[in-house]
Amino acid sequence: MNIVVCVKQVPDTSDPDTEVHIDSTGRGVDQSKFSFVINEADNYGVEEAILLKEKHGGEVVIVSIGPEAANQVIRMALAKGGDRAIRLEDEAFAFSDVYATAKILQSAIKDIEFDVVMTGCMASDDGYAATGQTLAQLLGVPHAAYVKSVEVIDEKTLKVGRELEGGLLEMSEIKMPCVLTIQTGINEPRYASFKGIREASKKEIKIMDLAATGLSSDEVGENGSLSVLKGYSMPEVGELAEILEGDASETSTKLATILKEKGLV
Amino acid sequence: MDFGLTEEQELFRKTVRDFAEAEIAPRAAELDEKGEFPYDIVSKMAELGLLGLPIPEEYGGCGADMVTYCIGIEEISRVSASLGITMAAHTSLGCMPIYLFGNEEQKRKWLVPLARGEMLGSFGLTEPEAGSDARATKTTAVLDGDEWVINGTKVFITNSGTRISGVVTITAVTGENEKGKEISNIIIPHGTPGLEIAPPYRKMGWRYSDTRELSFVDCRVPKENLLGERGGGLRAFLRVLDCGRIGVAALSVGLAQACLEESVKYAKERVQFGEPIGKKQGVSFKCADMYMEVELARLATYKAAWVADQGRRYTREASIAKLFASETAMRAASAAVQIHGGYGYIEDYPVCRYFRDAKILEIGEGTSEIQRLVLTRHLGL
Repeated sequence: MNIVVCVKQVPDTSDPDTEVHIDSTGRGVDQSKFSFVINEADNYGVEEAILLKEKHGGEVVIVSIGPEAANQVIRMALAKGGDRAIRLEDEAFAFSDVYATAKILQSAIKDIEFDVVMTGCMASDDGYAATGQTLAQLLGVPHAAYVKSVEVIDEKTLKVGRELEGGLLEMSEIKMPCVLTIQTGINEPRYASFKGIREASKKEIKIMDLAATGLSSDEVGENGSLSVLKGYSMPEVGELAEILEGDASETSTKLATILKEKGLV
Repeated sequence: MDFGLTEEQELFRKTVRDFAEAEIAPRAAELDEKGEFPYDIVSKMAELGLLGLPIPEEYGGCGADMVTYCIGIEEISRVSASLGITMAAHTSLGCMPIYLFGNEEQKRKWLVPLARGEMLGSFGLTEPEAGSDARATKTTAVLDGDEWVINGTKVFITNSGTRISGVVTITAVTGENEKGKEISNIIIPHGTPGLEIAPPYRKMGWRYSDTRELSFVDCRVPKENLLGERGGGLRAFLRVLDCGRIGVAALSVGLAQACLEESVKYAKERVQFGEPIGKKQGVSFKCADMYMEVELARLATYKAAWVADQGRRYTREASIAKLFASETAMRAASAAVQIHGGYGYIEDYPVCRYFRDAKILEIGEGTSEIQRLVLTRHLGL
């Protein structure tokens, strides 16, 4: 069973020093002080792929679009059990929307004989939550989104559970090859062992630039996108805050009511 | 000259940090309060390879260099000094003597399960009347036919009484030679009749590490359990201590780093006189000093580890690193509590625990005074 996992390097939002500031162009965020991690949902994708490989054999290929610094995220996925990796990097890829991003990924994946492509269900930075679906369309294969369980039925079929509102699991069968966008919590991602890290340094990370993808500069970046990023703005501060008044038991009751109404607990 | 870490070392640091923050940090305060040895965490540490880092792969370890070993201890200790010492004592004192001085059969029998983390190892040197003066060992081992018969008491032995403790290497007097006492190392498997394990000590810090007194009452082990040359015990343990000192230095760096991070965090949050206390130089300069000293302690520790990786003797470097790093940790812990004020004196904030965990660093693996003694000898004084 050959599995491709698409991973993205994103800013570490758990790092207290990660403050978001819009950069001077207005179309980007100042990333100079960020530390980076693998996108959380992608991390679950890596684990799910490795679990399936351990059970059914095959190869796990890690694919990522990103600068050289993204190698750390890729190496970690290799250290956990990925077999090889492809990293796509070219200045022309900047400002790619979901569609252009999916085209870039597809260019690297189309030559791999895959059974399953996994992506995270959503990236924690831009939150488009559509890369996997678009990629499936471009690859001409079916997809399932927000996948919370995967079971192999036979050589051609997977049974997948999709997580719906309130944790309801929708079970369906899907024919391979296919694309699954993986929901967090599907498994318990492992930590790379020292031996895994050592082996990862010997595994191949193939670099592909625009020329290697076979795409033209009109097909990627802003030119190849259906939507164009115009700019960011910071939220207005303060207007929606509700100050609860009263003694501790009153305010705690009010707070509990609000949290419950909003479906947060 | 290159002060950079390799990609492998950087990745390893990240993975151990992630592990420590996710698996240990949320439980550290409770474990400390209860003084419970966390078997489940130790077992996960074994899976990551943390219990046999510098031991070659052929003996069940990872074949990592000493710098990597230090990074591992540092990152675990940044979150948990108790697990830092569990790992450091197991590796430097449990595994290393058998790796350095064991014969092939001893390595196969003991080192392989130790380095895989299937059992914990310990080293018994200190006695009630032989602390800094290790030559004052009173424990005796007398050859009776094909067996050593051991009698005596060892104190402060880390990792010696857990469910997974498998073996303790001890120093014992095996006779007399021209220099006086003939001291040798002997391997004692747990479960040997006559090896009596006392309940754990009630310690100031390192509260969920396992430390005990061991008594040997006509404890018999096979003659082959002699580790290294007969009479070579003193020379051997001095080499073992070099590795142990690097371990405690790395532990100190991790603990001092934690003190620094908590102090900076609190200095940014805590408002007094209308501004965060970190705006006041009385506080910020303490943080700056801590920052500098932690960096220097780390450099000294990695330098010692690097010398060890070159295959050279590193007694001097290990001693400098251990002395400076442990005193840095104590100063950092003291400053961290001071910065936290009254909140630093209660267990709601981790610096309270850090302070209790720091003091022993200036004592174990050779006190600060003994380190200074080692250095004066290097100066020819």
